[in-house]
This record gives sequence, structure tokens and C-alpha cells, in this order.
Amino acid sequence: MTFRNALTLNINGSEHEVFIEPHWTLLDVLRREIGLTGTKENCIEAECGVCTVLLDGKAVCSCILLAMQAAGRSITTIEGLGTPDALDPLQVAFLKHGAVQCGYCIPGMILTAKSFLAEHPGTPTRHEIREAISGTLCRCTGYQKIIDAIADAGAEGAQAAS
Amino acid sequence: MNAYIGTPTSRVDGREKVTGAAKYAADYNTERLVFGAVVTSTIARGRIKRIDTSLAKHVAGVLDVLTHENRPDMAAKDDAWKDDVAPEKGTPFRPLYDGRIRFNHQPIALVLAEEWETALFAATLVQLQYEKEKHATDLHAQRDKAFVVEKPEKPRGNAAKAYAASEVRHEAEYFIPTEHHNPMELFAATAIWDGGKLTVYDKTQGVQNVQGYLCSVFNKKADDIRVINPFMGGGFGAGLRPQYECVLAVLGALALQRSVRLVLTRAQMYALGHRPATIEHLTLGAKKDGTLNVVTHEAIAETSEFEDFSRNDTGWAGLLYKSANTKFEHKLARLDVSTPSDMRAPGAATGVYALESAMDELAVALKLDPVELRLKCYSDRDQNDDLPYTSKALRACYRQGAEAFGWSKRNPEPRSMRDGKEFVGWGMASGVWEALQMPAAARIVLTANGHAEVSCAASDIGTGTYTILAQVAADALGLPIENISVKLGDSTLPQTPVEGGSWMAASASHAVIAAAEEVRNELLASARAMNNSPLADAKPEDVVLAEGKIMRRHDQSRAVSITDVMRHSGADRIVKEKKNEFAEDLSHARNTHSAIFAEVKIDEELGIIRVTRVVSAVAAGRILNTKTAHSQIMGGIVWGIGMALHEETVFDHKFGRIMNANIAEYHVPVNADIHDINVIFVEEKDDKINPLGVKGVGEIGIVGVAAAIANAVFHATGVRVRDLPITLDKVLR
Amino acid sequence: MINFQYSRPGDIADAVRQIAADPRAKFIAGGTNILDLMKYDVERPAHLIDISRLPLTGVEETASGGMRIGALVPNSDLSYHPLIEARYPILASAIRAGASQQLRNMASTGGNLLQRTRCLYFYDVATPCNKRAPGSGCSAIDGINRQNAILGTSDACIATHPSDMCVALAVLEAKVHVAGPAGERVIAFEDFHRLPGKTPERDTNLAPNEIITAIELPARGFAKNYTYIKIRDRHSYAFALVSVAAALELEGKTIKEARLALGGVAHKPWRNKEVEATLNGQPATRESFRSAADALLRDAKGFGHNDFKVELARRAVVRALTQAAQGTPQSQSNKKIV
Repeated sequence: MTFRNALTLNINGSEHEVFIEPHWTLLDVLRREIGLTGTKENCIEAECGVCTVLLDGKAVCSCILLAMQAAGRSITTIEGLGTPDALDPLQVAFLKHGAVQCGYCIPGMILTAKSFLAEHPGTPTRHEIREAISGTLCRCTGYQKIIDAIADAGAEGAQAAS
Repeated sequence: MNAYIGTPTSRVDGREKVTGAAKYAADYNTERLVFGAVVTSTIARGRIKRIDTSLAKHVAGVLDVLTHENRPDMAAKDDAWKDDVAPEKGTPFRPLYDGRIRFNHQPIALVLAEEWETALFAATLVQLQYEKEKHATDLHAQRDKAFVVEKPEKPRGNAAKAYAASEVRHEAEYFIPTEHHNPMELFAATAIWDGGKLTVYDKTQGVQNVQGYLCSVFNKKADDIRVINPFMGGGFGAGLRPQYECVLAVLGALALQRSVRLVLTRAQMYALGHRPATIEHLTLGAKKDGTLNVVTHEAIAETSEFEDFSRNDTGWAGLLYKSANTKFEHKLARLDVSTPSDMRAPGAATGVYALESAMDELAVALKLDPVELRLKCYSDRDQNDDLPYTSKALRACYRQGAEAFGWSKRNPEPRSMRDGKEFVGWGMASGVWEALQMPAAARIVLTANGHAEVSCAASDIGTGTYTILAQVAADALGLPIENISVKLGDSTLPQTPVEGGSWMAASASHAVIAAAEEVRNELLASARAMNNSPLADAKPEDVVLAEGKIMRRHDQSRAVSITDVMRHSGADRIVKEKKNEFAEDLSHARNTHSAIFAEVKIDEELGIIRVTRVVSAVAAGRILNTKTAHSQIMGGIVWGIGMALHEETVFDHKFGRIMNANIAEYHVPVNADIHDINVIFVEEKDDKINPLGVKGVGEIGIVGVAAAIANAVFHATGVRVRDLPITLDKVLR
Repeated sequence: MINFQYSRPGDIADAVRQIAADPRAKFIAGGTNILDLMKYDVERPAHLIDISRLPLTGVEETASGGMRIGALVPNSDLSYHPLIEARYPILASAIRAGASQQLRNMASTGGNLLQRTRCLYFYDVATPCNKRAPGSGCSAIDGINRQNAILGTSDACIATHPSDMCVALAVLEAKVHVAGPAGERVIAFEDFHRLPGKTPERDTNLAPNEIITAIELPARGFAKNYTYIKIRDRHSYAFALVSVAAALELEGKTIKEARLALGGVAHKPWRNKEVEATLNGQPATRESFRSAADALLRDAKGFGHNDFKVELARRAVVRALTQAAQGTPQSQSNKKIV
């Protein structure tokens, strides 16, 4: 049998000590061991993007990342993006544009957009935004309002930078 | 006093959702939680000869493996398994009940372990021997065995004779494959064990339906089981009936006397309900001027071997079009699959796709503009029951939709419009759905500080129920919306029906109004008792609640603040619960309508199809919240695009097994598939249907969209595809 | 998912030693395919050797004017690398046509080469599949085969290789640097992947105890006249029905050299150098392109659902060559095929 390994994970700026088995994914550990259930589980096979978190600032599917592999790297979940009193501009834009329906894909969608905007500063085209977030599925919203929200937050970010 | 109703109010639960604070069924953690994993069958029909769980049980951390041989007791009678929305005829499916295999991916064992990954791994070690029987999963192969169900609308005239005599005729068959809802949230239940009582967090569209079902399946008292589901990651009909995850989570909890979480895998969700594969046979006959003489519509849909699920695919022509002769027939063919279920606009999404494709083909045969044809056949009455509508602004939908789309610039000739290497196609269709409403109850707790909590058992499946109930309550109580909190999705709250059929907006909002009236009446009684009360002689109908006061409807200076009234009466809170029932009205038809216009661009050589524009003009009575309703319609349109171009549950009939039981290979539209979508709410005042004039918008968005796209594909390419989805190979020539 | 022993080797030699010592071990880098397959119970390694932290993340110019890409460079980093974008845009484009932002962020260059097929039967352990369970039979030949191969198939297997990146690497004639117990060796890209033949369980010629260390790109990048077209059942996040990487060197309007590779049609990125050679010296016209396409697909054969791929591939080849000749490569975000 395998033994549990001690592991330190840096999540939303804090260090968390966990004892885990090697086959546990980061998604499992976030939700079950740390209690950060804002990261949602869905296909658990990297087919939907719902479980997206940022690893060193880049969007990744936490369902298909071994927690062991995340050791020593910076993990950001939706809980670490903004607080209810100080939302991230993307969160504000999603609310403003009505880009949220059932809400299940939204943490992953916002983090996918966050990673994309960080790596593509300026004002991306709607085509580029669509392609960038096509790996995160939404079954409710009709997508257009999500694009509106991301374009809006992107433009705001570009303005703030200039 | 309308400050909020009808406005684009932002979601009151939005902040919880964008911060990850909103909790769904699998998000509830508790001490010593046990994790379940399901083993499913790999044959479509037969019997379990031998099931060996010893290897699985040997895995460290595995607590037990439950099968039909060793499970705790469950009810034996069919009636105990019939939930509120189960089909009338048949024997509901019972997981782990016996050794019979009724469909592929059927649950046959439940592994319970200390860790989820352990349970999932151990589930792969359960050994099975089957006694296989010959299975049937292909509707086309079974169509001759289909039997007629007594559902459809009654016939008019003599359809066969009228068809033979028609100057212009169209006859064709259309096919819609099996589709799956694929909500983003997996079906999951967390059953919290509390010394024999259970709180079950379950993914469902009806907490009270699940609560009643679990109590009867496990022979429990009503107080023993409470079901909670404040947020749901999409339902679309998949969660109307209780699904087996709640049964197995409770079964596990009873067996171990511990809390159990069971999350189904995506593949396992393909053995839940689905939109039934359906063959639709249409004949249309008309005079040369476009006057419709006859419509016949026959549907052959699949159902399971053990339940008769059928929905109205065929009656819609009777609502939309004048025709002296009609005949409708609905048949079912039995397959070795799980029972189909309601899926967004059940019956209409499929039936209206076929009808509106056929109408387009008739328009082509008549050389008539498709909008013209529909206006020519327009019916102001429900032809099936010969009733007027409470309201029907479909004419305005056609007009406003066509104008917004630029329909007048359409060249009717197929393959005539181009954009570079792409053919451009413009197609349109009508949509229709029922405006249903159900009895529902709500509770209001008004506190002396001018805050109110509104509650009922309804689920908000993403549709916006929290928000519209807050709006309605704010207006009815005359309070700012920030002072309203809404509690939903708990079986102990006032009774509501399951959330489906687009009936919740009308049903729950009128329950809130009814409860608010009770609150108002009590406030009035107290206000009248005050010294020198300006409302001393007022009757309930004379007063309204507004701006935190109770005031005379026609003289707002005669008012008392709610705080003063309550201080005077000494009450720190007023609690009122009221059930609303709608007056029965058999003299009107109640429907929502839409006109959809779609543009496709199709690569002339490669057949790649892009839906570049959709305009949907919707008449659905009064829109409570233009922001959330807009999202509902837009989501429905995206579903329609998926139905038209992408979605198909693919069976290998050799194995009787779904081969794309995942969301990598079952394609739902992604962002890159969606371009401009324009939603227009056409003004439709309805003072007959209910006091608010509300009809509901959850389903109407999808109805007709697939037909509009199929018609646009024909216009672009000259190729008529009658089996969905329209993949590029079908238009290549 | 099966539990496993987890180890993290300190260097490449250690990685090779570990994998050679344990026949039930597998490497994990980005994990995007191996973990997926483990969740489907298709792969059951007893030991995962995590190579993701080995120092194989460099993207460097080589002395011969080409580039050497470390096997652990993430796909997204590679596609946005300024030198790759400038000199090998066909590679950048093909990478962006594949998977999703998240997966490209995770997947490694070396791992991309080792992706396994998406054949529906390979993924479903309840059905026979010669690639997954040798000798059990091929369910796809008379089953659901919309995505399956039309070229280079065998009676044992009609699976396709799912990678987009590899189609571009085939055109660029990349070299695969590998290390094993016997030392290092270089495998030409065309020799890396195999056709199914009688042994469809073997996707590549990489030995089980070898590790990919780098991909080397020769100097020629065809940055002026290239394209990558991907045709699929939805506009993103779907595997190719047919994809084409086309690269041309032109002299005026005459083709000096043509390279073509097809994805989604065979067990490996499909090239036919004889056909490519027939284009040399020809005018860059639709007629030339069509006759090359005809020749390239001459032996193609469908299995029912995928019959349409034969003509679709022909047309896609013509379009790709047209785009390449015109210097108007396909955008991977705007889905209109120009």
C-alpha cells in the first residue's frame, strides 16, 4: 500500500500542510482537505474547465493535476481572487453584465479569463476571447454576456495600465 | 407599486456565485464523511449471474460494497417509487433492487470508502458475470413495434382526403437523436446522518419531490428526512425526478450509519433521463395561395422497457396554424435504455423543429416567403380546443424579429447569398410553449426594522428565482430590494411544485404576492387600531405598501410607517404563509410564442457551418426581470444551436451502449460556436392569465431554433438535412 | 483512479534508471493525457515518475540555425515564444488549434507527441479494442468510426493520432531527441509515430525505457507561406476530423518545395513525400493543388461514418495550399476559413 505524503501547498497566499495519497488530484485536496469548495468538480477528465484554478498565474484544470505536482507553486482559487467586499474587476463585470446563471461554471470561467487577460494585456478581440475561454463550458448563459464581461474587464485593465 | 418588477435587476445571488461561496450538493463537508462510487453495468439487458465484491472490499479504506444481494431494505411496491412527476404508466427504476439489467450503465453496486479516490478505484475491482439477453437500442429498428399512446389532440376534418385534394403537398420525416441535458454540475447527494435522521443535500429541481420519494422508498416519517438544495448547477429537466444518487447516498448512510456523499461521474449521468430519440412524420397540404388545408403529425419516440414516457410533440400545429383538417398521433417504441425525461421544452423542441422545418419546405414548394406563409396561416385561436388565447403577440414577433434581422433583404433563391467563400443562409421559424402555472405557497417574515425574509421550497436552478422573488416581494411590501432576503430549496419551507416547465416564475411570484397581502392585512388591522389613524376606515383593497409605509392607494399622504405600526402593535415580526391557487379558466389557451431568425455561413467547399446571427423575438407576457429573462432566452438559443449542429448521444447498437458518454465527445456548443444573439421581448399585455400577466421564459428560448437554423442551412446550400445534428458531412456535395 | 507509487527523479539519468527498473512505471509530465486515461481505467501504472521538474524547459537556438525545444516546455509557452512565432508560425498556429487554454498551459511538448488516440472504443474498457487490449478485436471497424482513420489503417486498428502540434512538427521535419539506458539517440519525426499494423498497442518507436528530452527544429520554418487548417465538429475544443499543415517555398508563382501533413486521418501525422515532390516546379494554382490532393488521398478508404473524410481531406488540402501560397494563414481565433 501507499503511504500518505506530507505536502505543503501555497494556496491564495497561505501555506497549507496536508497529508495526502499520491493519486489525489489538486481538485480533491482543495475541496476536501482544505475546504475550498469554490473550485467545482464536473467531468474530472479535463473536458469542461469547471475546476480551473491558477497555477503560478496560469489557468489549469485542477481535476487532472496531481496535488503532488503543485507543491511549491502558487495556487489561486476563486476564493483568493477577490473578497465579497473587494471583488476583482472580472467578478464585478460578470455581475454587471448578467453573465451568471446557475453559477457552476463561473469560478472556472472567471479564472480562465483572468489568466487570459493577464497574458494578453490590451484589448483582445471578441474572437480571441471566445477562443481563449472555449475550454470552459457553460450550459446556461449563452456565452455572449460572458464575452461582454471579459471584454469590459479587459478594457478596464488596459485603461488602468496606460 | 412597481419599483423592481420589469427592471433588469442584477442577480441577488450573483455575489455568492462569482466568489465561489454558493454551495452545491457536493460542497457540504462534514466530519467522518464516507464517499461512494457506483459500479455500472456493461451490458444493456440481462441478469447478473454473479457479482464478486471481495477484491474491492479488500482495498484499504473500503468500508462496504452494497449490491442487490446485501443492501438495506427498500420499498417493494411500485407506488412507493413513484415520484411527483413519474410517468403514469410503468414501474419506476430502482437502483440495486434486483439482479435484472435493464439498460447499459445501470448502477449495480455501491462502493463506500473513507476517501473518494479509494471508492472510485475499488469500484473498478468489482467482478461481474452476466446472463446476457438480446437487446434493442435502435429506434429505427423498433419503429414497427411502436404503439399509440392516448395523448395527442383530437383530429379535425378528414386529413387523408384533404391531403389527396391539396394543390401543393409536402411530406417528410425528420429525426432528432437522443440528447442529454449535461448540466455542468454532476448529480450528487450528501446525506448527513444524524442519529437516524437524515439531511440530504441533493442536486434536484424539487426538494419536496425528493423528500417525499425518499421517505416512501425507505419507509421513513416525514420528519426523518430533510432535503436541501439552495443552488443547482443547471437542471434543464434532468433533476425533475429524483435520480438514483439520492437513493444510494441514503442507502449507504443507512448501511453504515454515517454521512455519505455520492457524486456520479459524467459517464454515469448518461444513464439518467434524456431527450428521447424521435422520428417525426409530417404531411402538409395547401392551396396554391398558401392556405393550409391539412396538417398531420405523427411522432415515434423511444421509451424504456419499464415506463411510458411521452410528451406532446404533435399538437403544436393546432396552436399555430389554421387548418380545417388535422391528425396527430404519438407512438412509443420500447428500447433497453433508461426512461427518457423532460429536457428543456420537452415535446416542443423536437415537434416544433419538425413542424417548422416542414413549413419551410412547404413555403419553398409554394414559392412563398416563409414569414408570409406563417402570417397567411396565422391562427388567433387555439385550433385544437377552439379557444381564444389569454394573449398572443406572435404577429408582432414576426414583424419585430424580421425587422431587426433585416429579413426583407433576403433573396429567396438557395445558394444565392454569399460572403467570400461562404454561402450565406437566412432561415426562420416560429416557437411556441405553454404558459403553465401551479399552486404554490410562500412565507414572508417581516421584521419591525423593515426587513423581510421570503421563503418557499422552490429551487433556483440558475433561472433567477431568488432575484424575481426579491423583486416581487420588494414591490409587494414596498421595501427596497436590499431589505429582502430570499430562502429557497429546503423541503421544510412552504410547498411549491418542482421547478420546470417554465411555471415557477408565475407560480412562486403569485404565492409571494398572496403572502404579502396577508402581511398587508395584518398591518392594516394594526394601523387601524392606532389613535387618530389616517387609515382608520380603510379596507384592504384601499391600501398599498410602499416606501416602507402602509398608505392609501389614492392618497399617499394618508400613511403610517411600517415601523410605527409594528411598534404600536408590539409585534417584532409578522409571519404569514399563504398558498396561491390560480382560478381555473377553461375558456382560454395559455401560451408563449416566438419568432426566430437565423443566419448561417457555410464554407462552399468544406461545409463548415457557422451560426453568425440569431434574432429571437419573444412574446411571453410581462417580463419580471429583463436581465435574467434575457439570459434564459439566450441560453435557450444556444441550446437550439447545439441541437441543430452538435448534440447527439451516439449508441453502438452492437453493444447497446452509449459511446460518447462524456463531454469531450458529446458536443455542447463552446464559446467559439456562438456569435451575435439578439433577444427582443415583444410587448404582450395579458390581464387574463394571472394578476401579474406573467408567462415564464425557461423553455420558449429553445423552441424553433433548430428549425430556423436547418432552414437557413437549406437556404445557404440547397441541401435539406432532416436528421439532426446537421454536421458538415451532411451538407458536403 | 488506481493508486500508485510516486517518485520525482533528480535528473534525466535518474528518470531513465527509474523507468528501466520498473516495467509497470510510466512518466508523468503535464499529466493531461495519462491521468485522463487512468480515470477511464485505460491506464493502470503502478508507479508514476514525475518528470515535470526536470530541467528540460529551455527554448534555444541551435548552431545550425534551428531551435531546440526542451521536452517539458508547456504547449502554450511554446506557441507564444517570440522566436517560434516569428520563425515557425505554423507550429504556433497548430498548437493554438488544439485543446484549450488550460490544457495548453499544462501539456508538455514531449507529452504532446505521446498522446493516445481518442477512438471511442479505446476509451471504453467495456468494449473490445486491440490497442488497449491486444487481441480483443477492433470495435471501430464496423462500429462508430466518424473520427477514425482513412489512411494507413490495418485490420487490427483504425485509430487516429489526435495531436495538432505533431502535424506541424511533421511538416517541419523535426527531430526527437531521446535518452535511454544506452544513451541518447535522435529519431526523425516521420519515424517516431507508427502505423498500427499488427501491433496497434504500440503508438511510437520510443522504447518503454526511453525519455524524450527535446524536439529539434531544423532551420527552415516556412514562415512566409504556411497554414494550419483544422476542421472539426465544433469550432473549438474538439479533435480534428481533418487537419492540414501546408508549407511552401515559392519562387514567384512557382512552387520550389511543398510540404503537406494531414491530421485526423491516420495513426500518425500523414505525409507523402512522393506526392509533395510532384508539386515541385509546378505553378501554385488550384489545378496543381487539386492533383496533389487527389494523389495524396488516392488510397484513402472510409469505414462508413468516416467516408466523408476522404473528399473533405482533398478539399482541405487544396484550401490549405491556397492559403499557404497566398500567404494568408488561417487564424485560430476567427473561425472563418479564408
